[in-house]
Amino acid sequence: MAESATAKKVKGTVVIVAERCKGCGFCAEFCPTDALELSSQYNAKGYHPPVLARKDDCTGCDICGMVCPDFAIYGFIRKKGKGN
Amino acid sequence: MATEEQLFALDEGVPANPVEELLRMDRIPHIWCPGCGIGTTVNCFVRALQTSGTDLTKVAVVSGIGCTGRVAGYINLDSFHTTHGRAIPFATGLKLANPELKVIVYSGDGDLTAIGGNHFIHAARRNMDLTVILVNNMIYGMTGGQVAPTTPLTATASTMPHGNYEQTFNLPFLAESCGAVYVARWTAYHVRHLTKSIKEAMAKKGFSFIEILAPCPTLYSRRNKLGDGLEQMVYFKDYSEIRHGADTKSVALDFQGKIVVGKFVDKERPTYQQAMYDHFAKKLGDRYVPSEEMRKVFHGPDGN
Amino acid sequence: MATAEPIGVLTGAHFVDGDHACSEGAIAAGCRFVAGYPITPSTEVVERVAERFPFVGGVFVQMEDEIASSIAIQGAVWAGKKAMTVTSGPGFSLMMEHIGLAAMTEAPCVFVDVQRAGPSTGLPTMPAQGDMMQARWGSHGDYGIIALSPNSPQECFDLTIKAFNLSEQYRVPVLFMMDECVGHMIERVVIPAAEDIDIVERRTFTGPKEEYRPFQPDADLVPKMVKAGEGYHLHVTGLTHDEKGYPNMTVGTQARLVRRLVDKIRVNADAIVDYREEGVEDADVVVVTYGISSRTAIPAIEQARKEGLKIGHLRLVVVWPFPEKRIRELASRVKAFVVPELNFGQIALEVERCAGGEARVECVPHAGGTVHNPRDIYQSIRNCAKGS
Repeated sequence: MAESATAKKVKGTVVIVAERCKGCGFCAEFCPTDALELSSQYNAKGYHPPVLARKDDCTGCDICGMVCPDFAIYGFIRKKGKGN
Repeated sequence: MATEEQLFALDEGVPANPVEELLRMDRIPHIWCPGCGIGTTVNCFVRALQTSGTDLTKVAVVSGIGCTGRVAGYINLDSFHTTHGRAIPFATGLKLANPELKVIVYSGDGDLTAIGGNHFIHAARRNMDLTVILVNNMIYGMTGGQVAPTTPLTATASTMPHGNYEQTFNLPFLAESCGAVYVARWTAYHVRHLTKSIKEAMAKKGFSFIEILAPCPTLYSRRNKLGDGLEQMVYFKDYSEIRHGADTKSVALDFQGKIVVGKFVDKERPTYQQAMYDHFAKKLGDRYVPSEEMRKVFHGPDGN
Repeated sequence: MATAEPIGVLTGAHFVDGDHACSEGAIAAGCRFVAGYPITPSTEVVERVAERFPFVGGVFVQMEDEIASSIAIQGAVWAGKKAMTVTSGPGFSLMMEHIGLAAMTEAPCVFVDVQRAGPSTGLPTMPAQGDMMQARWGSHGDYGIIALSPNSPQECFDLTIKAFNLSEQYRVPVLFMMDECVGHMIERVVIPAAEDIDIVERRTFTGPKEEYRPFQPDADLVPKMVKAGEGYHLHVTGLTHDEKGYPNMTVGTQARLVRRLVDKIRVNADAIVDYREEGVEDADVVVVTYGISSRTAIPAIEQARKEGLKIGHLRLVVVWPFPEKRIRELASRVKAFVVPELNFGQIALEVERCAGGEARVECVPHAGGTVHNPRDIYQSIRNCAKGS
């Protein structure tokens, strides 16, 4: 039971290029698992880039990547059994 | 693959975004405002290209003038940034001269349906084998927020300071009436549907048309007190209704009203060039000498 | 130099009008894409193309207007074709923006203008030469172009080939400035054997993608081309652009680019200019003509010579770039230039500029609708020769 539940839970993550971000907030707003939020930090242009605030909730669905107008984020599913 | 620390670091040196291979990264960051939806549509377009199985060497992107007109300049394929309103006739020449090319017209609402409206009508009528991606931000962005044929009634624009009293184009209806074989509408919020739709449109032979509603926070939303790009995206999410096969007569847009999205038309009709080839082959027989490119792509009635 | 593809060449003697001869010239030159919109008196050119193209591997499309036609040909050029559009006055006005685009993006193509009397709708079926300055300066901004002016159906054939060759050699739009008389005049046209027709092929780049700079010029200021679909991922824009073809809207890039667009014609002008002279060696008065006016001037010149006047004739074949040097040389030793043209003084102004006050310049103006009465040209010649 526990084993199948683990298998079902897809582990994903995102890559963020903070300096490309213009802070529109699309990624955080439309993240289906609410894993992203805008950072309190500023990038060099003065925008708040996103952070993966709830790492365990990310499924790597890449909605953030598709909705980002600035090519500043994308999501992917991590391969099983890999430490990274 | 980067380490976890690198992955979540807010600095450079992280792995490249997969869309980068099809973007001219030496021209990024692009010129579009924060919260503008054009970049989102480009993101979906690139993903559609990457997963379409199309030979990307043979894809050409043609834009007109305006904010969306800049798309061609960011796509790392053969790309042409032409004159205002004239992307479709340029694309027509490109396609007719080499039917092996997959020609995508990517431009804005003002460019394609105001100054370029006549070309849009006739390319659809001829069933020219083009995929037309129209980003509708309901305003002239590049020139400072003037009224467009797509500006909803009552919305304000810099040349409609007291509110718009011009009738608005219902673009899917226009496209279908003129003979487009594929007509869909999505918004910048509908990224998965949109990506799939772009792939379908590209696979279609003939004039395929996708209207994408996108926020223009700087010149449309702000003037109309609709908040920022994100608020407009939330409006798209909350007020859209997916109705595949909807009668295009019924999908006109109102100011901040319901948005019917979906695939409205998907039919077959001979393309201009197929009709030309078949007609000459039948009428002139062996005397017909098609161009080399035409010969490669089309097959006559007897399979020659 | 290459020679013409035999499939397109109707070798032999024909009895055709200038419009039809222009079509045959284009086909012989290797033109395989034509987009046009019907307009008198140019329509016969595209009608013949529509008839002939299915037999020679060409694609003709009648577009929805002249604006569309004038950019459809540029799409075809970037797909590797030699391409042409054909029109007359009102349509020519509509094409101006795309002459600028072709100049800016260095797309080799040919615009044929069979001139009729204007302004506006004017006299649709009657001749004029009122578009000569429009040909040179009609699009906004500064740029170089080449314009030719045939005076017979034979020249409509020969010079259309030359127009295509020049457009390829310099990567410029070439304006083929016919007029209604020449377009509708029927004469004997001899089409040579394909192997006797010289063709300039496109200057193409075939090296690796990483080394390709679409707008990096060769020594003669002309860059090499590639076409869409070859994997070069080229970018072409009407914006001010750098050698990579990317928009670069700075004063420096603008200066470099526009200077080169102007200079590639200016510095090569000696090789491009083409005029025919007769009797200028000891002339007191030189009649400068082009197109149909070169033929109405002949009886006037002959009459004046009969009376013992020393009259030369210089006929412009290439009108733009203008033969500045030659006019300047002549100005230092002749009394006057007489310039008959079917307008109120366009090329006459150019002659006056080059003469620089050294010789008198007299225009023989005409509003168009018909040709000059040779008597008017004769009168002007006589006045100039006698210094009255």
